[in-house]
Amino acid sequence: MEMTGAQMVIEAMKLEGVDTVFGYPGGAIMNVYDELYKQSDFRHILTRHEQAAVHAAEGYARATGKVGVAFVTSGPGFTNAVTGLATAYMDSIPLVVISGQVPITLIGTDAFQEIDATGISRSCTKHNYLVRSAKELPRILKEAFYLASSGRPGPVHIDIPKDVTAELAKFDYPTHVDLPTYRPTTKGNVRQIKKAAEAICSAKRPVFYLGGGIIHSGSADLVREFVNATQIPAVETLMARGTLRHDDPMLLGMVGMHGTYQANMAMSEADLMIALGPRFDDRVTGKLSEFAKHAKIIHVDIDPSSIGKLVDVDYPIVGDLKEVLEVMIPKVKEHVDPDRYQPWRDILKRYNEIHPLKYEDSEKVIKPQWVIERVGELLGEDAVISTDVGQHQMWTAQFYPFSFPRQFVTSGGLGTMGFGFPAAMGVKRARPDKVSVNFTGDGSILMNIQELVTAVESRLPVINIILNNHYLGMVRQWQTFFYEKRYAETDLSFQPDFVRLAEACGGVGYRVETKDEFDEALKDAVEKGVVAMIDVIVDRNENVLPMVPSGGTLYNMMLEFKD
Amino acid sequence: MKVERRIISVVVQNEHSVLARITGLFAARGYNIETLTVAPIPDSDMSRLTIETRGNVRVIEQIIKQLHKLIPTFKVIEHEEMIEKEMVMMKFPINESLSNIQALCEAYNGGIANVSSQHIITMVADEPKRVRHFIEAAQRFHPVEIVRGGVVAMERE
Repeated sequence: MEMTGAQMVIEAMKLEGVDTVFGYPGGAIMNVYDELYKQSDFRHILTRHEQAAVHAAEGYARATGKVGVAFVTSGPGFTNAVTGLATAYMDSIPLVVISGQVPITLIGTDAFQEIDATGISRSCTKHNYLVRSAKELPRILKEAFYLASSGRPGPVHIDIPKDVTAELAKFDYPTHVDLPTYRPTTKGNVRQIKKAAEAICSAKRPVFYLGGGIIHSGSADLVREFVNATQIPAVETLMARGTLRHDDPMLLGMVGMHGTYQANMAMSEADLMIALGPRFDDRVTGKLSEFAKHAKIIHVDIDPSSIGKLVDVDYPIVGDLKEVLEVMIPKVKEHVDPDRYQPWRDILKRYNEIHPLKYEDSEKVIKPQWVIERVGELLGEDAVISTDVGQHQMWTAQFYPFSFPRQFVTSGGLGTMGFGFPAAMGVKRARPDKVSVNFTGDGSILMNIQELVTAVESRLPVINIILNNHYLGMVRQWQTFFYEKRYAETDLSFQPDFVRLAEACGGVGYRVETKDEFDEALKDAVEKGVVAMIDVIVDRNENVLPMVPSGGTLYNMMLEFKD
Repeated sequence: MKVERRIISVVVQNEHSVLARITGLFAARGYNIETLTVAPIPDSDMSRLTIETRGNVRVIEQIIKQLHKLIPTFKVIEHEEMIEKEMVMMKFPINESLSNIQALCEAYNGGIANVSSQHIITMVADEPKRVRHFIEAAQRFHPVEIVRGGVVAMERE
């Protein structure tokens, strides 16, 4: 069947089962929007900034594992979307982002709203395309969805010149993709898996190092089974939160810069590290030469370049985590004796008794950690939690009782402020059955505040909880610790009235200064199902602890800070 | 870790901006490109790049893995034993001894490529090390211009 390039884009969305596109129209992508107007198979959500469109698509993808889709126009429309692409790239989130481009005849002439989009997105996408003719479009669209979601997932960008969206060509949508240059290894090497299984059974102080790959590969159930069968303690990275239930006795908590004492000590004293889909990020490892000095390392990852990148690995296993675990778990179960690790578990338990994750609650002022725990008590498994970036993000990772994978949506690798609110809109669209909560800070929320309008208009009731300390808190904390309290440009005392700001956009605002007020506000927002802005005035000087200073060693944590 | 020189050949799908993907990768991750040669492979839709690079073992391993990871990459070839050749062209003033220059070029697998009223142009293709020696030896003929071609290489077996 013949159709225009623009029609092909819409058809491909239907065939890929896309139910939501986030985006923002503009000159170069108008043909696509014209076709979008004529269809009713999927919903388009008009954000108020292209960055938010991509973050919303990310929120959708992170909450479901499906490919998130965003449409933007050429030039500034595309450059605004770049932060979203980079955020998704760092966290391996499957996205297809389609941008308009000036007509082929104008490319290279510095035309109005022209930018070398594929040149810019090359370093922050898994792959990208500049479409030369409508003939190529069916293949490229099919490949884009396949590349985004297979192997190590990631964002794919398609740049389509305006004349290509108007061009007629035959539409024959491929049923499968065969790329001779792209064949991800999914089956792990069986001999290597066997050796790893033996190492697990003969270790004395093993620890699971659980990473984001578990979430991407949908293997959390298998990991739970593995941990339960072996009774080996486990640490989670930021991206792996929710893999194990918060009350799993084997869970030592989050690892790394703001990880728990027992988690970081387990990494430091282990004789075997079973790394399932993490990437040995510097926020986890601290100083590399001191990292896991006594441990042999098993590393399972679908991306070979992740293995051995920063740390030498003794048992490298390239493959899809799910497929690898399906082979590895039975092999371990045959020989493992969970009692063998009892002395090790006792040591770690003792560490946790000495230095548990804690904060000092107060009746005079609300502590940010209390707010997170309270939301956990009131909403627990009924909420999917998004965050922005900063202190509130770390407190959420530390204190929220996560119960299932994809319950926590956060920008880990890139650390993008302004991510949370639009992501929480995508979450709400993907999981209407859940309460979509965005923990944010008074700094972060203003970086995509215009999305109040989107959320209200598109009926995406997101509950924003601002942990408002009138500071750019995380930077302020570093200035306190490492810059002798020279608070350069981190005092955010001058702020909008968040309540009235929410109201101006059609949402509901609450200002909260006591615990009772917070309970009332949250209950009211949940009951009414409104776009909410709960502005919680919290202790200005609270710090995220414990902390491994940047470049420090995991076993040398800052546990307290006394002025 | 010891820094070593490596030759890596990459076979890639001939498509829009594939060279930029490869050079961009080296630039973004701070890897070195000492020389780079590219040409299409006859009767195929592939091109072959030969990259001369330097780095320690971990860096070289990452380069190879990262090259593999690029979607248009078909094959990454690196081998302990590569047969390498490099080409160099040199331009000399006409008043230098033509026969001496010719003898030198022949000793290094080359010859005179062109003679004009002002200049002699020579061409030599040999192992990279021998090309370096040739350039050193040719200095006494006061070359006015040197163009090196970058390494091409093949596995021995």
